[in-house]
Amino acid sequence: MQVRFPEDERFPSWKITFLEYCVAAVFIGLLVGYWRLQIQQHTRLLEQAEHNRIRDLPIIAPRGRILDRYGRVLVDNFPSFTILLNRDNAQQLSNAHLEKIASALELDPADVRDMIKRAANLPRYQPVVLKQAASLKDVAFLDAHKSEFPEIDIIQSQQRFYPKHGIGAAVLGYVGEVSQADLSKPGSNYRPGDLIGKFGIEKEYNSVLRGRDGMKRVVVNSRGQEVGTLGTVNALPGHDLRLTLDLNLQLTAEAALGDRPGAVVALDPRTGQVLAMVSHPTFDPNDFTHHISLKQWRELTTNPLHPLMNKAIQAQLAPGSIFKIITGTAALETGTITPDFTVHCDGEVKIYGHTFHGWTYWEHLPGHGAVDLHRGIVHSCDIYFYTLGKMLGIRKIDYFADHLGLGHRTGIDLPDEDSGLIPSPAWVRKVFHRQWWPGETISVAIGQGAVQVTPLQVAYAIGGIASGGTFVRPHLAFTQELENLGADPPADPITHFPLHAATVQAVTSGMWGVVNEPGGTGAGARCRGLDVAGKTGTAQVVSTALHNSSHKAIYRNNAWFVGYSPSPNPDIVVSVLVMQGQHSSVAAPIAGDVIKAYYQEKGTKQTPAQLLSQVTTKTKPAATVPDP
Amino acid sequence: MRNSLHFHDFDWVLFGLALTIAGVGLVEIYSTTTQTALAGQFKKQIYWILLGCALTFIVSQMDYHMFLVHIPWLYVLSVLALVAVLLIGPRVAGTHRWLQLGGFTLQVSELVKLVIILAVAATFTKRRNRAFTWGELAKLGLLAGVPGILVAIEPDLGTALTFLPIVAAGAFLAGIRRRQIMVLGLVGLLALPAGWFVLRPYQRQRLEAFIHPGKNTQGSSYQVTQTKIAIGSGGLWGRGLGKGTQSQLGFIPVSHADAIFAAFAEERGFIGTLAVFLVYVILLLRLLEGAKTATDQAGSFLLIGFASVLFFQVAVNVGMMIGLFPITGIPLPLMSEGGSSMLFIFLGLGLVMSVKMQRFVN
Repeated sequence: MQVRFPEDERFPSWKITFLEYCVAAVFIGLLVGYWRLQIQQHTRLLEQAEHNRIRDLPIIAPRGRILDRYGRVLVDNFPSFTILLNRDNAQQLSNAHLEKIASALELDPADVRDMIKRAANLPRYQPVVLKQAASLKDVAFLDAHKSEFPEIDIIQSQQRFYPKHGIGAAVLGYVGEVSQADLSKPGSNYRPGDLIGKFGIEKEYNSVLRGRDGMKRVVVNSRGQEVGTLGTVNALPGHDLRLTLDLNLQLTAEAALGDRPGAVVALDPRTGQVLAMVSHPTFDPNDFTHHISLKQWRELTTNPLHPLMNKAIQAQLAPGSIFKIITGTAALETGTITPDFTVHCDGEVKIYGHTFHGWTYWEHLPGHGAVDLHRGIVHSCDIYFYTLGKMLGIRKIDYFADHLGLGHRTGIDLPDEDSGLIPSPAWVRKVFHRQWWPGETISVAIGQGAVQVTPLQVAYAIGGIASGGTFVRPHLAFTQELENLGADPPADPITHFPLHAATVQAVTSGMWGVVNEPGGTGAGARCRGLDVAGKTGTAQVVSTALHNSSHKAIYRNNAWFVGYSPSPNPDIVVSVLVMQGQHSSVAAPIAGDVIKAYYQEKGTKQTPAQLLSQVTTKTKPAATVPDP
Repeated sequence: MRNSLHFHDFDWVLFGLALTIAGVGLVEIYSTTTQTALAGQFKKQIYWILLGCALTFIVSQMDYHMFLVHIPWLYVLSVLALVAVLLIGPRVAGTHRWLQLGGFTLQVSELVKLVIILAVAATFTKRRNRAFTWGELAKLGLLAGVPGILVAIEPDLGTALTFLPIVAAGAFLAGIRRRQIMVLGLVGLLALPAGWFVLRPYQRQRLEAFIHPGKNTQGSSYQVTQTKIAIGSGGLWGRGLGKGTQSQLGFIPVSHADAIFAAFAEERGFIGTLAVFLVYVILLLRLLEGAKTATDQAGSFLLIGFASVLFFQVAVNVGMMIGLFPITGIPLPLMSEGGSSMLFIFLGLGLVMSVKMQRFVN
């Protein structure tokens, strides 16, 4: 085959030149494109490249432990894992991808989206906590699928571990995820998902217990694997906090109250140290460390017995006959009566044209006959104290109730303490816009009507009276140790309201009789070989008529008992509230148990150091252990 | 014709420009693979370049007219080889692109480019400067279309697309008329929706990512997002060899192959970009200038066709790194790692040399 190759014919050279211009033009265009990225957007893109490879992983500071007065561990930590989501290189995490993450971690996709939304205005390099206390299953799964989820990191963290069965839960409190409100506080150094004390000691001393998180800056590759470390800032662990609580007494009190709703407070009136504080029903703080389920939360918040309340400082109820000690003290101190002042009790008395019945009337018992102050206290004679109430008038009762520690917060180092209420003409005018009815004074005199106290206030007031008028602010943390930790201890813990020795003698001997004399209402608190004294109280929650006609539990009387030992000048005072207990006789033995346990521990004649050595914990003893 | 080997007419400048780019590419391949499991690629690439040089010299000594004479057989052989790839080629990541030949794999479609250039050049041997007919247009379309479709089925849309500039250059030089361009444009427009359904899901994603780059930066737009970050972070002077975090830490996929220019721009900066662009432009312009003085239209077209493929590949590859084109598997000529691509370029250079030396012989 002959093929001709015409040599004389060439392409028109303008066509080739045209192609040359095309080449040049396109390259100039490309060069402009590269100029824009490499010169104009260099800073921004370099930053993005750094964000790609640099990841700041928080090193979670372990929270300080909470110890009892002998250094026994009440709240501990155990190592766990936290799962973080990085948002650096994921300018927009697609919904599909988020759903994949959520299903891998068994989370609700809506929750995950919400978490990311809440963190939207935080710097991108701050990771979002997806899951606290991740299971080993989660961790193993993520490890195996690292390349699918390059934006997920797993870090070591500490999980809070509380005593089982809600022991001390109301005092110790719980931790939970920091709220939006806390996050947006100026100067807040919290990140979403951080833990913060939400209740009780955990909340009150959050700043002491919380450490300072550290940070590790690492280089990661495109699959999210760490290939190097650029720098580390170590975490500063939180301080251990020693409380005045005595675990033995706490356990005794918890057991003594059992599953009845109510509260127990044990106080050393000489120092104000709280030895035990119980509130039932309660909750398991361990539930709050992870995300508490909605069902659990509903159960806790809708329970009519309010498990999430610390009834020792938040239950404001009428004290009933315990208030007679206040009325009696006021009558003696003002000179209104002497201890020998006698009233004849036949079960009822007519004052201001109205007939007031004593409790014997309702129990169909005969009256007390001739009653002096001692018998009045021992038998809790209503008629006697009605008479004192009328003689004193509301202003004097109010004055003494206030100065003996009622009607205002004791100032204990716990959040959300309630103040209780001592009704007064001014209060009635302000709230009900009416005049004070003289008959109300009569009710107040026996601790009924609008009088409201907390179990802590009862222990504080009676302890103070039995100590001759020295009221020491109740507290749970040792002041000296707080100072050492750099926290602000509260100022001026002692309030003096000196009482006459004769008054203290008369009132305390009455209270001794309550427990130890025949016919005393508090015999249940009697302890062999101990000088226990106290006062009972039975407080109506509804009118007598309604109470007698209905058998509903919520209409039942609240039972009170406050006991102390020795009498006077006690080492320990215990107040007990048994809600719906109906009769004060159920409360007295609880106080007896706690007082017995207190002296049993003392009776072992062991120094705190010896006690400590028996306690099998890893904790090192606090520097100074005061004599209990 | 000629009896002895002689190299005094050999275009050493052109050859030197090509080797310069290949050298720059080699260094970048070394930088991006030396710390990885692909550390052996660097040496392999050297062997391919050396083999390529040898082939350039050998082909330059042959008369290109000989290839034009035998083009029908070469063409049929190529089509058969492409069919063989589909039938017996090993399946790699869901595609059939290679033929197993002894110890190495050959990407047939790379060499087919050369055959198509030759085939289109051959059409210029018989036509004087007469008008460009519809029949000729159809013939050109078939020449590139048959292998193009076979390659697209593999699937390797990127390589199939590189056949287009050859035909386009051919039609342009043969004098395509305005009406023909308009009809082609209309047909293309009508075929666009149909084309969408022919695309594989991953190809559609890439196209969508190209149209909406900010939409899904973790998914389909991930590559472009990351290459842009890499290029931009290079700045004026670059982050230094082996210090480009994007390429070294694996944020740029295939940073030694298709995406090598992103890695290069990250480590060598705008200065490096500018320098390599200059070398490419000089190389392309030198090819086109050479086309002006070739002895005949066929020889002239060999240079233009070769230049058009190189230009298309460089422009698309470098352009897709900064989001100007959708991501397709088109290697950067002379820089990307890959033996078949190197073979195509050095064989092409051999043909070009053959054309250039011919004009002094006759």
